[in-house]
Amino acid sequence: MNFTDEQLQRYSRHIILPEVGGRGQAKIADAKVIMVGAGGLGCPVGFYLAAAGVGTLALIDNDTVELSNLQRQIAHNVHTIGLPKVESAQKTFTALNPDVKVVPLKVRISKDNILDLIRDYDIVVDGSDNFPTRYLVNDACVMAGKPLVSGAILRFEGQVTTIIPGKGHCYRCLFEEPPPPGLVPSCQEAGVLGVLPGVIGGLQATEVLKLILGKGEPLMGELLMYNALNSSFRKVRVPRNPACPVCSESPTITELVDYNEGYCTLQ
Amino acid sequence: MSRISSDKKIDIKGLVCPYTFVKAKLAIESMELGQILEIVLDHEEASRSIPRSMEDHGQKVLHLEKINDSDWLLYIRKDKE
Ligand SMILES: [Zn+2]
Repeated sequence: MNFTDEQLQRYSRHIILPEVGGRGQAKIADAKVIMVGAGGLGCPVGFYLAAAGVGTLALIDNDTVELSNLQRQIAHNVHTIGLPKVESAQKTFTALNPDVKVVPLKVRISKDNILDLIRDYDIVVDGSDNFPTRYLVNDACVMAGKPLVSGAILRFEGQVTTIIPGKGHCYRCLFEEPPPPGLVPSCQEAGVLGVLPGVIGGLQATEVLKLILGKGEPLMGELLMYNALNSSFRKVRVPRNPACPVCSESPTITELVDYNEGYCTLQ
Repeated sequence: MSRISSDKKIDIKGLVCPYTFVKAKLAIESMELGQILEIVLDHEEASRSIPRSMEDHGQKVLHLEKINDSDWLLYIRKDKE
C-alpha cells in the first residue's frame, strides 16, 4: 500500500508497532466490518475502528437518536437527535476519518435479511442489547462462517467473546436457548452505567483489530467478564459443545429463528 | 567514509520523529531478507533512535557514521520479516 503523507501521519503510531507496520495498516484499510447496533456498544466500537482506518464500516440500526441515548452513545449528539442512528454515527465517524467508507443500513435485522447483510463483510460485531438479536446474529455467523465479536452490557457488568465458527465455541454452546422473556429485565429496569459500553466496546474493537491483523490471541473459546463496581476482569473458558444445536456436526437448528415475542428490543 | 553497497537508499533529511522511523520501517518492509538499506538523515535524535528501534524489531545495524556537519549515514540489513 502506498500511503499518502497524510496517512503516514495519521497512522504513524500504528506503523511503528512491530505487530502492525505498513502491511498491517494496509490489512486494516482493506478490512470490511459490519456492526449490528449503533447504540451504546456500536458507538465506541465504530469510533475506534474508524480511527484505526478500517476501510469499510457498515452499521445496522433501525432506531433514531433520542436525548436519553446521549448518556452513553458517544457517536451521537444534541444536533443529531431525531436522525437515524446510522446517519448520526456516519457523520461522526466520517468527520474523524474520511478514509473510512461508512455504510449506513437503517433496517430492522431479521432472519430474512441478515445473511444478505453480512455476506460481503469479513467480520461481524454484535453490539445489540437484546437476546433475540444476539441469537440471530450468532446463528447467522455460524451458518455463514463469519467471525463474530460479541459484546453485552447491563448495569455495571459487561462481557465480550469472539466466535470463530468451526474453530471455537458459539453463543449457543454457552446458553442453548435465550432466557424466557420474564427473566430479562424490562426496558425501564435495564439501567447501565454510561461509561460501561466504552470499556466493553473498546475490548470489542481490540478483538476486531487483532482478527484483521492476525496477531495475538482472540477471545476464542473464552468469555471475558468485567465488573465495574469491583474493577475486576474474569475470563471463563467456554468449550465447544459437541451437542450444540447450531455449531455441532449435526445441528438441530438449520434455519434462522426470530424470537421476537415479549422481548424488549430497544437498542 | 566506508561504503557498503546497498539495495535501496532513502533520504529522510528534514523529517523528525516518528516519521523518520516510519519511513525507514516502510522501506525495510518493502525489501527482501538479507538486503541492505542505506539511510541519510539529519535529525540527531533519529541517529540514535532509528538504530535502536531497528535492532528492537530484529534488523541488523551494519554501520552508522556522521558524514558532515549535519548528516548521518546508516546501513541496516533486513534480518526479519
Ligand atoms: Zn455452538
